[in-house]
Amino acid sequence: MASQHFKKKAETKQGIPTASLPDIIFMLLIFFMVSTVLRETTIQVRTILPRAEALTKIDQKRLLSYIYIGPHKKPDGRLGETRVQIDDALIDDLTLIRTIMYNKLLEQPKLIVSLRIDQDAKMKLVYDVQQELREANTLRINYSARPEAPSS
Amino acid sequence: MAGLLKKKKRQEAEIPTASMADIAFLLLIFFLVTTTIDVDTGIGMTLPPKLEEDQEPPPVRERNMLKILVNAQGQVLIEDKLASIQQIREEVKKHITNNGVDPNYAESPQKAVVSIKTDCETSYNTYIQVLDEVWMAYFELWDAEARKLGYPNYNAYRATLGPDDENEIRKIIPAQISVAEPDC
Repeated sequence: MASQHFKKKAETKQGIPTASLPDIIFMLLIFFMVSTVLRETTIQVRTILPRAEALTKIDQKRLLSYIYIGPHKKPDGRLGETRVQIDDALIDDLTLIRTIMYNKLLEQPKLIVSLRIDQDAKMKLVYDVQQELREANTLRINYSARPEAPSS
Repeated sequence: MAGLLKKKKRQEAEIPTASMADIAFLLLIFFLVTTTIDVDTGIGMTLPPKLEEDQEPPPVRERNMLKILVNAQGQVLIEDKLASIQQIREEVKKHITNNGVDPNYAESPQKAVVSIKTDCETSYNTYIQVLDEVWMAYFELWDAEARKLGYPNYNAYRATLGPDDENEIRKIIPAQISVAEPDC
């Protein structure tokens, strides 16, 4: 009698129900798929950003367009002269910036141009780029900077 | 025999879903790896619109303008007096909150303008440091203004604003920073 009792108990299923596991994972998956912005450019210039304290966050990535300014990274690893890069291309003629930025502004009227400028760049070039942005009427800019290192 | 047939019919047709979790996991890991959660941080500015050919820049009274000059070596002149980058914040705050007391500083916070002028060879890093100090001066004044209204700081005040609300603090102390073109 007793042994029969035990046998019956052992027959019940002991597995944890995992049917909802795919649903949970799918929810996480969808979250990441929505929040992901894939990096589509290879940066060909070095940009060590300066440090600053008065920082504001820009979390609307879709409004942002980047301009990279810094010493050109040569294939052999040495640094060349300071160049300007927009998207995938290095810009030789700065007046092209106004056309590129104007077209971007037509697509996204609330465009913010984020300037990722190397800390050793000279103000002359920065200023020339800014003048081109004014020509294109893309007036909202953002000087990209890293947070200040905690002072000891 | 008949009983055996009945048993067969009752068997449910199930699709094996055990591998679904694995596939979803793979996708999840791919997106986890490619996602950059960090947001872009920086100092936001609005450039002045392009002037028409014959249009003159708006006049600003001499006393309302705080001139900061930076040379190629990173040395700073505030109103023609040699200063350090650390002094900028105090000078800017003194300038904005002067309210017409000292004739060398601004008449009122609304009229105060801070002008930054750099040399062609000034490094971007120096420029950002100077700009940062000027912005920090404004942030500190806004914080003080927010505390008067009963908020712990300016960000707490700004968080209460809706998208169409007027920012009262920035109306009292508008940030007016002008970046002059280097002559070269």
